[in-house]
Amino acid sequence: MPMTDADGVRVDQLIDELVATHPPESTTPEDLWGAQFDLGLAWVWHDDGFGGLGLPRKYQSQVNRRLIDAGGSTDNRLINLIGIGMGAGVLAAHGTEEQKRRWLRPMFTTQEIWCQLFSEPGAGSDLAGLATRAIRDGDEWVVNGQKVWTTLAHLSKWGMLVTRTDPEAKKHQGLTYFVVEMEAPGVDVRPLYQITGEAEFSEVFFNDVHIPDENRIDSVGSGWRVSLTTLMNERVAIGGNTVPRGSGRIAEAVRIWEESGSTDPVLRDELIHLWAEAEAARLTSIRANEMASSGVPGPEGSTGKLSWASLNKKIASFTLDLMGLEGTLYPGGYQLTRPTSLEAPGPQKAFLRSRANSIEGGTSEIMMNILGERVLGLPGEPRVDKDLPWKDVPRA
Amino acid sequence: MLEQGSPAVSYAPTEELELLRSTAGQFLEERLGLETVRELMMSDDGFNRGLWKEIADLGWTGLVIEEDFGGAGSGLTELSVLLEEMGRLVTPGPFFASAVLATAAVQGAGAPNQKRDLLPPLASGERIATLAVFEKPRGWDVSDIATKASAQGTGWVLDGTKRYVLDGHLADVFIVAARVDDGIGLFVVEADTPGLHVEQTQVLDPTRRQAEVTLRGVRVGAFSLLGGAPSIDSLRRALAIGTAALAAEQVGGAQKCLEMSVEYAKTRFQFGRPIGSYQAIKHRCAEMLLRVEHARSTALHAVRVVQDEDELAVAAPLAGAVCAEAYVWAAGETIQIHGGIGFTWEHDAHLYLKRAKTSSLLLGDPRYQRHLLGQALGL
Repeated sequence: MPMTDADGVRVDQLIDELVATHPPESTTPEDLWGAQFDLGLAWVWHDDGFGGLGLPRKYQSQVNRRLIDAGGSTDNRLINLIGIGMGAGVLAAHGTEEQKRRWLRPMFTTQEIWCQLFSEPGAGSDLAGLATRAIRDGDEWVVNGQKVWTTLAHLSKWGMLVTRTDPEAKKHQGLTYFVVEMEAPGVDVRPLYQITGEAEFSEVFFNDVHIPDENRIDSVGSGWRVSLTTLMNERVAIGGNTVPRGSGRIAEAVRIWEESGSTDPVLRDELIHLWAEAEAARLTSIRANEMASSGVPGPEGSTGKLSWASLNKKIASFTLDLMGLEGTLYPGGYQLTRPTSLEAPGPQKAFLRSRANSIEGGTSEIMMNILGERVLGLPGEPRVDKDLPWKDVPRA
Repeated sequence: MLEQGSPAVSYAPTEELELLRSTAGQFLEERLGLETVRELMMSDDGFNRGLWKEIADLGWTGLVIEEDFGGAGSGLTELSVLLEEMGRLVTPGPFFASAVLATAAVQGAGAPNQKRDLLPPLASGERIATLAVFEKPRGWDVSDIATKASAQGTGWVLDGTKRYVLDGHLADVFIVAARVDDGIGLFVVEADTPGLHVEQTQVLDPTRRQAEVTLRGVRVGAFSLLGGAPSIDSLRRALAIGTAALAAEQVGGAQKCLEMSVEYAKTRFQFGRPIGSYQAIKHRCAEMLLRVEHARSTALHAVRVVQDEDELAVAAPLAGAVCAEAYVWAAGETIQIHGGIGFTWEHDAHLYLKRAKTSSLLLGDPRYQRHLLGQALGL
């Protein structure tokens, strides 16, 4: 779809300039991403000077498509998934000029990797109940506590950290948000092995870690608001992407079905059933994107993460059914290592990994509460913790 | 086909479609309403000719018929908006049989002069047509038709029994699928042709009636064979269009079920709080929203790709399978969420369950639709 409006033409001209001054075939990806940032093509909906042009989000897909056509890459969005997917949005909404200037460009070029330090052993779905403490000490804050399920922590330069700064306040009000340097003294990153035998995530321990006050995001006590921005970006990043028809996990299932040579009508019906569900979810994502870019977000936008979680689990489990006894094998064995590539896992590992889909980034139960309460307007559950000072909330 | 991109289509409603929706919704609420639906449901023929005339005067019966033949020349996208609104009110009457199925068959298979004869009175609503295809309980595969048309003189003689014929008791003209030597032909048979016998049957969903049509030595002229030749592809295409259109109606019904359920969950108190505050109920409602939105996506897609033969072969059974299952499930959940009151005759929930279940069987149940989808995908 060629862009014919003035903004679209401008975006096209900037892409022409980028490709002319930095030919993708003779430029390192990092340099190309840097130049892309400087031209405002990193995230077009951000402000001028911070990698954006102040344009609607929809122009970004044009940028990405043309960049790939020209031989460039958008892999930075995968390499620095948490930074670009969530951190950038947080900085754009809550960061100071100085913070945006310091952090956005090296984030986009993948020179500095980011992670997100939210969940704790005692605070999963109930994130606002978290206990990691930050205590002010002059121009610095001193942090003690533990975070879990941190993606990319061992490779990260920066972490988005939400802490409790006022235990006397109600739980949502006593939180403050920081950017912490992951190499600072007292930060201890340990691999957290998951059911696949790999440590995709880490546990991160904080022992008297000092954070300068200039690394605080937004005001003291507004950490919950900033966290919500982060989570919103996360749920869009997980559920909001549109993929080609029949791609992803369902493609793997179809491939295995075809290779098996089976004509079993029951298995065939189940395969097509899952294909149809995946296609319905895919069309819904496309529709949600179309509605969002035309400024009328509807209920279809809130459903993506929830649908893909349950679909992925069903498809992954069915794929092992298709494989029969082959599904009982685990090629490579359980190595207890860090995963080394972004390569798609085989069906058996994918089956195990899919179980997290309905837990990570908000459990499906919490997502259904959100749909029920915010979209359908159903009443909330009675809450025993909401109006108590955090220190008085019962916890096991 | 499996991994190719689907065509780029816009799903956002245009202003014209929104206007059509609100006008249609308002008209149906005012002139029909669920009380009238219940009266019609219990009447002999399930039909209100006055209302039919009003619908025709609004241009609905001729919406997709070419302007040359007295219609508005609109597309399936516009028609689907009407059907969605009709689905919300389990609207009785032969609209789906005549203005959707029979019209699609004539448009697809008819020669120009046949269309000129047949379509104008359908567009104006003066005449009602229906498609007589199915004969066996799970006989959705139209290559399996037993009704025979034998050439005799310059015309044909038809013999066989058509069952589950939608609104056959109201039809002035039947489009009958019958086997000829070299395939399946579609024959135009007037209701008063000697040898044709129509008997209304008792149906699970009395808001959409059926008849059994017996043909014994029914003589028709050569001109009655649509397109002058066998046309099983045209018949299949008409059924695919019907499936896409029916999907829109199913989305309308499922959406209404969601709204009824949410409304009840907000206002029904047990144990001192609205039942919608319990996750057991809240999560059912959330899942209903999810499935209705998925169904809506497939229906919106199907009615927008009707001109693209290959894509329709995927999109129609996709919508047929997804929307039918979503509606049957949502209608069932609606009764469950309402508890005892939802099981009473007095409550409207059963109207939707009956419409949902029968709709899921009319043109092929979800398994059959998935079989068609698999064929289109090469699986």
